[in-house]
Amino acid sequence: MSVLNVKVAEVEQVTEVVKHFTLVQENGEPLPHFSGGSHVVVSMDINGRIHRNPYSLMGSTANSDSYHISVRKQENSRGGSVYMHEQVKPGTRLQITYPVNLFAISKLGRRHILIAGGIGITPFMSQISDLNRLGYDYELHYAYRSPEHAAFREQLQEMCGDRVHFYVDSEGERLDIPDLLSHQPLGTHVYTCGPEPMVKALHLHAKNLGWPDNHVHSEEFTAPPSGDEFTVELALSGMEVTVPGDMSMLEAMEEAGAEPPFLCRGGACGRCELEVVSCDGVIMHNDHYLSDHEKAEGRSIMPCVSRAKCSKLVVNL
Amino acid sequence: MNMAKTIAFKQETFRDDYSYSNSAEAIRRFPFPFAEDEYMYSVNIEQHTPGAPGSVFEHAIDIDEHYLAECEDRRITLENDPGRYIALPHMMDAQWDMVELVMESLSRDYPDLFELTRDGDNWHWVNKPLGIDQKFVFGDESTLPMEPFEYVGRQVQGDWVVMDQRDDDLFADMGIITSQADWSLAFDAGMSFKEWHGPVPQANELGIFDRALKYLLHLQYGSPVRRLNWTMTVNPRLDTSPEEYPLWGPDNVSVTADNVGQKVHLRVELQALFRLPRSNAMAFSIRGYLASIDDLKTYPRWAKRLRRVLTNLHPDLSEYKGLDNYRQLVIDYLAPMDDGAELELGTHPE
Repeated sequence: MSVLNVKVAEVEQVTEVVKHFTLVQENGEPLPHFSGGSHVVVSMDINGRIHRNPYSLMGSTANSDSYHISVRKQENSRGGSVYMHEQVKPGTRLQITYPVNLFAISKLGRRHILIAGGIGITPFMSQISDLNRLGYDYELHYAYRSPEHAAFREQLQEMCGDRVHFYVDSEGERLDIPDLLSHQPLGTHVYTCGPEPMVKALHLHAKNLGWPDNHVHSEEFTAPPSGDEFTVELALSGMEVTVPGDMSMLEAMEEAGAEPPFLCRGGACGRCELEVVSCDGVIMHNDHYLSDHEKAEGRSIMPCVSRAKCSKLVVNL
Repeated sequence: MNMAKTIAFKQETFRDDYSYSNSAEAIRRFPFPFAEDEYMYSVNIEQHTPGAPGSVFEHAIDIDEHYLAECEDRRITLENDPGRYIALPHMMDAQWDMVELVMESLSRDYPDLFELTRDGDNWHWVNKPLGIDQKFVFGDESTLPMEPFEYVGRQVQGDWVVMDQRDDDLFADMGIITSQADWSLAFDAGMSFKEWHGPVPQANELGIFDRALKYLLHLQYGSPVRRLNWTMTVNPRLDTSPEEYPLWGPDNVSVTADNVGQKVHLRVELQALFRLPRSNAMAFSIRGYLASIDDLKTYPRWAKRLRRVLTNLHPDLSEYKGLDNYRQLVIDYLAPMDDGAELELGTHPE
């Protein structure tokens, strides 16, 4: 997998819990171009353990001098967001993957409705730079908790003009998703990124209103939940790996020296899918990739976010 | 060290009198595709990283002694049938991505032949073999003599299909196709990945396309991949398209025991896939290499291996590739060279 060595050029405290990092390439070269909605995976060495978190690129797609990511400090962080907030300063060197896009604008869409909740605004910021450049018809609906959490509001007003609508929860302003969706012409695509209940609500309402599935897009990266310790046997290499409770299965396999495939590390893309040979317990699926049916079958696991409650899980790797 | 300095471009044709021929060096670097005596489809994909110096894998986009003649053959085909170039309106970002990919690769890998100077969006492109000197504004179509993708497509060997990625699928929404092994861009334009692979026998049953699509959807910018594909062609003709079938189809029954060595060519496609940055589209290059049976016979290993592969070939594949009329003639022609001794694995000539 191709990686980029970057250093932090600037850190901006955007709200009490959100920091914005400007990254430039260490060798001074321009960074690769990317498409709106892309993310990168940032590697962090936290006390000798490598953490890798996906973050959306929120800068303009026209700019290749720097990348921009924003990180919300998570209350139940496994360390990644806290590390980014507390340890990463201007001058810090980081390694990131090349951009990957799992949340692209559908170029055949006639109209695009973007719905953001809180820090879920970030992928839309690069999407909007593409939508503006291409002259596509769009609206942005951005909901956040309270005026103190209004990350990037001014910037968005500047970028979107009267296409942006804000909903401040503490002031009793609510986005009425069914109402919004029911007034869209055929050919409209809707995109959402935000807290899980919001994403679920959007999919549910869109389905009830008869929207085709391929017009409803969402992006949700899950942090790997902790759980009980278990053992993974890699059937092809014969390796046996213990997955501690506070580590993901993917991280444990990597630390043991295996090189399983991965891309988003947030349960969204499906690249790390492994075939399950056997499991003497239950698989705890936490990804957004496998269908409910596939999860019930238990023949695959996404080791980036899923784990098992068992003594031994055997996978084909 | 730099191959470019030594490329002597040939004056030759891929139609009418078929004056195409390979130099000894071109035969040596021919991407012979058979590592074993049996051939069946597989997801034979590897990283498209720089290969051995002088090999066809050395650079992202290979330029060889046939460059000028192939560009000219493409010009003729496009003149006769402009529909061999198609770009749907939503592919404009991908068109510019292709300009960047081609110009950056060629100027980096063949600095004696191609030069690119960039000052922000003001680009200056020099293609010495074709005598082109063009200043243009990147992103502004009006500053090029034709659409950006057609412009660079006419300056590389091999065909390109550029696929838009949406709905967890890939759609053939753009292409420049003038040297195809009997398939039509006009027919396939806009089709999804499985639709345009529909006619391929056996592979679907093997689950090849499910796996290949899943893999391709995750292909990353900066990590291109490649594979080889092959077929056979009577006469060194690039444009074996369904549109022109009356011109080349009858050649398939013109092969005899006397002319098989010169007439029948192994046609190997070096297929590479590149994720494109601005559009998130995927470029698929199909770069063909032609070598006559007599060319291949220069190396006894290749003669033996080819004979065995053709002998063992699944009948469905033989029919799909259009080999039924002359396959046995090739096998018989190579038979005296095959002592039956075991051949070690690998595609190397000696």
